[in-house]
Amino acid sequence: MLEFWRLFCRNRSAVLGLTILVLVILMAAFANFLFPDDPFRLAGKPMSPPGEGGFLLGSDSLGRDVASGIAHGAKTSLLIGLVATLVAVCVGVIMGALAGYYGGWIDDLLMRTTEMFQTIPSFIFAILLVAIMKPSIESIIIAIAVVSWPAVARLVRGEFLSMRSREFVQACHTIGMGDIRIMLGEILPNCLSPIIVIGSLMVATAILIESGLAFLGLGDPNIMSWGFQIGAGRTLLRSAWWVCTFPGVAILLTVLAINLVGEGLNDALNPRLRERK
Amino acid sequence: MSTRILNIRDLHVALPRGSQRPYAVEAANLHLDENEILCVVGESGSGKSLTARAVMGLLPQPHVHVAKGEIDFLGEDVTRVTDARLRQIRGSEISMIFQEPMTALNPVMTIGVQIDEIFRFHGKMPAKERRERAVSLLDDVHLPDPARIVEAYPHELSGGQRQRAMIAMALALDPKIIIADEPTTALDVTTQAQILKLIKDMQAAHNTGVLFITHDFGVVADIADRVAVMQHGKVVEAGPAAEVLNTPQHPYTKALIGAVPSLTPRQPRPRADERVLQVQALTKTYRSGGGFFGLGEKERVVHAAKEVEIDLRRGETIGIVGESGSGKSTVARCIVRLIDAESGRILLDGKDLRPLDRNAMRGYRPKIQMVFQDPYASLNPRTKVGRIIAQGPVIQGKDSATAEARARELLDIVGLDGNAYDRFPHEFSGGQRQRIGIARALALEPEVLVADEPVSALDVSIQAQILELLDEIRDRMNLSMVFITHDLRVAAQVCDQLVVMRYGEVVEAGPTGAIFADPQDAYTKALLGAVPGKDWSKKSDLAAM
Amino acid sequence: MNHSARRLRYVLKRLLQSLPIVLAIIILNFLLLQLAEGDAVDVLAGEAGSATPEYMAELRAKFGLDQPVPVQLFIYLKNVLMGDLGYSFRHEMPVSELIFDRFIPTLLLMVSTIILAVGFGIVLGLLAAMGLNTWRDTAISIFALLTYATPLFWVGLMLIVVFSINLGWFPTSGMENIGMFYTGWDRVVDIAHHLVLPTITLSLFYLALYTRLMRASMLEQAGQDYVTTARAKGLTERRIMFVHVLRNALLPVVTMAGVQVGALIGGSVIVESVFAWPGLGMLAFEALFARDLNLLLGIFLLSALLVVAVNLVVDIIYSTLDPRIEVG
Repeated sequence: MLEFWRLFCRNRSAVLGLTILVLVILMAAFANFLFPDDPFRLAGKPMSPPGEGGFLLGSDSLGRDVASGIAHGAKTSLLIGLVATLVAVCVGVIMGALAGYYGGWIDDLLMRTTEMFQTIPSFIFAILLVAIMKPSIESIIIAIAVVSWPAVARLVRGEFLSMRSREFVQACHTIGMGDIRIMLGEILPNCLSPIIVIGSLMVATAILIESGLAFLGLGDPNIMSWGFQIGAGRTLLRSAWWVCTFPGVAILLTVLAINLVGEGLNDALNPRLRERK
Repeated sequence: MSTRILNIRDLHVALPRGSQRPYAVEAANLHLDENEILCVVGESGSGKSLTARAVMGLLPQPHVHVAKGEIDFLGEDVTRVTDARLRQIRGSEISMIFQEPMTALNPVMTIGVQIDEIFRFHGKMPAKERRERAVSLLDDVHLPDPARIVEAYPHELSGGQRQRAMIAMALALDPKIIIADEPTTALDVTTQAQILKLIKDMQAAHNTGVLFITHDFGVVADIADRVAVMQHGKVVEAGPAAEVLNTPQHPYTKALIGAVPSLTPRQPRPRADERVLQVQALTKTYRSGGGFFGLGEKERVVHAAKEVEIDLRRGETIGIVGESGSGKSTVARCIVRLIDAESGRILLDGKDLRPLDRNAMRGYRPKIQMVFQDPYASLNPRTKVGRIIAQGPVIQGKDSATAEARARELLDIVGLDGNAYDRFPHEFSGGQRQRIGIARALALEPEVLVADEPVSALDVSIQAQILELLDEIRDRMNLSMVFITHDLRVAAQVCDQLVVMRYGEVVEAGPTGAIFADPQDAYTKALLGAVPGKDWSKKSDLAAM
Repeated sequence: MNHSARRLRYVLKRLLQSLPIVLAIIILNFLLLQLAEGDAVDVLAGEAGSATPEYMAELRAKFGLDQPVPVQLFIYLKNVLMGDLGYSFRHEMPVSELIFDRFIPTLLLMVSTIILAVGFGIVLGLLAAMGLNTWRDTAISIFALLTYATPLFWVGLMLIVVFSINLGWFPTSGMENIGMFYTGWDRVVDIAHHLVLPTITLSLFYLALYTRLMRASMLEQAGQDYVTTARAKGLTERRIMFVHVLRNALLPVVTMAGVQVGALIGGSVIVESVFAWPGLGMLAFEALFARDLNLLLGIFLLSALLVVAVNLVVDIIYSTLDPRIEVG
């Protein structure tokens, strides 16, 4: 663990990413404390520029506080990003593990399914799913997970496929170990690193998809989100640039931070890459 | 007196800071004359490959670089020439052949284009003439149908053909020196013999000086005019081949040569009557391709094992020998039921294991265990050594305290000390890992041990130790062994009986001594004839008697 | 068998292989339609304001909606194969006609984006890899990192703020100035002028992707054995980079270009709705607001088929670049 931390810290941009990410998490955690009021509430004069009328980052056409929206939106983004990724990783690991370990018709069936899911344009598919299920935080999470798992499944399948023929796995067969135990106890621990890396990068993608959905008006109507703020502010581009700009910067920084951390994890967990550098 | 074309003086190749030692090559002195083959021999980590690369200016700079010394090529120090001059030398005056011809050739360019480049960059010649030269070069290295091979991509050729193409490329501009870095290590033994002969013929025809890097003393005996032995970056002994091979002076050279298994089969032991394992008419085929309404590639059927028969008696070792693709590993994996054979019988103490399903097989697993080839891939990197050994007995129903005690005992038997129990595999060397793999197999107290090339990934001195260990435990535990190997020297020292396989079929079987003395099948004869250094071995064995 | 006949067989084989995927996508579409609350008759009845249950049952019978699900699936499959994607009750037009009208603008946007993103991505990746760890590499990598993390719609809005509102260089929305009635060359210039911002917006993300991929691929290939061989032959570093390494490094980029087409279509929904570009994405956005599910599903189906087609083309291109692919 200490060794891992040392390797991670060698990558300066990863440390920067981690710092930003921690700040975003703190902002989300203390959103209710910093801005105790409902972010949808009219807080003052509409269209106040940043710094005026008591608004740090200005207000929108309905007098909602942009800064409050960003703080509360952080909760939404992180929550949806994390939960959707967890669901996608679970589904992807199960599908990929079964396909890679057993091969044969199971592999064919699961991989054709994965292929189909990868062929369909994922963002339009997500739009459709949310539109059909009616926008809510659950439907958004389901939609993002449904379009994200195939990447994990492919990765895990590849890992299991190559591990399956490794000699240490064959050795487990020769001592009579069962399939479940081989999969969970022997192979899975050896492919955790790439799963962690792809998972961390998927959180970033999930946040981008969520903001896109909310921008198009498919967000949960009761929950503040960055994409919603930008979507609501786009008609004000000429008169109130700040309404769109700050939530966008929030998305950019958060996604950037997660990507940097993901790359840092990759460098620290992947010894082959390390040697190359 | 022939001309000295290469003179390496006091060569130091520095390793990056934080490496195990400061210099990969330290104070090395070597020289090469026209029309001679100098073999640089050593085990892994001896610095032999880096020495060769330093001559070509191909060190992975800036991490690894020449720190001191000079490499004098006909009066020019190649460590100090300009990049432009170095490029001129490379390919036209010094050229190189690599170990793995598949990765050393660019996969998306034809052989012809890759040869053509040398002509284009080292002289002006019209395209038509360049092509003719390329075809005639391929013809020189005895490639069949050179006009077709010029147009072929590397993946369309066999391993031996690829290496021939590499040699053609190296010979293109008639260089003064050819550096060959383990050029036959990736090849089968019969192909190796052909390539060695080709290199020797070409060298003689062109008066070339050859710097030949190898780890195999058999190869040295076949090809070398002079030998230099390297250990930990230092040249410990150098001299004419006959002297170094037959009267080595340095203790390390003595030990290395002593570790080379003799080709004279050891004294046969009396054969027991009790049959432990009988394999009868074992057949396994692989199918690929086909389907897609006849639009796919043609269906290919490969007979990995065809009607294979093995008769293993109590306490003896049967060797299955053959080259890659002979099906020897498939047979081993069928016997331990890692692969399901289609037909035939695998009788263990009279009980046919082949039709058993996974659950029924579980009870028989302990009786038949396997030792694997690759000591790095055969141990789970995330599991502690103790658990690796103990988990077999635990799965088979032993309580964990008994299993642990047994595991510690086994660590002692295979020659590792007790604190290995709580360490991870990556903390051990290749030879030590192979000991751990053996301990794991022994933990279930098997009757039959199937060893699949257990020493082929190891250096020769380690190889000797592992073979000794296997011998010792076989006697101690009254084990019967099926020993898969491609190396006839190893087979001669380990096996009581031999089964020779080719293309999935057994071509010959019998007592090792009889087969070595009087091989019946043409393929067996070819295999025995291709063993590197066989004449040298005969001489040294005679001397020993 | 000669080479062109083998290639034809390969194309045929790939075509056959993509049929099951097409079928699966159509079935998925049908299932999504089933999943949605209410059917077309409910929508119609809703439009009409009120309808008697008898009338609705009659309508269901007319559309075949009272049949068991497998029969409905069969009818749906048949309709789709005939090019009938249903009826948009909002636009009072068949979905296929609506989609067809909007297809060309989307194609225009996609093609220009792919050219820009893949082309510049390759060049930038190459520049970064060749100047490894110099300021050039650092600058390109930071640019790629930033654009990789930026939401498309926000980039679009910011570009509008800067280049349309403040600088006035480019129009804010639409595909052409309808009011000017341009024809011929003038119209081409006008459309190109409108195309600039949407193309830049949509390509930025993919530009980042291809740049990173190209850089990584170049570095990976530069460490291969055949590069050492090329050096040992005395070739110049230029030739090694541009002839040996580049060709091998391009292969994963080509594969990725195919994989990303689906994502590109998704991105066009956002970009088109930001710039009011009258393509499929804009249509999808309108359908979303009008809750016109039939239309949305039609767009979904068509875009999925488009991806299948593009993947097919990419595979065929790939097979000409990589001799190791068995085309026989």
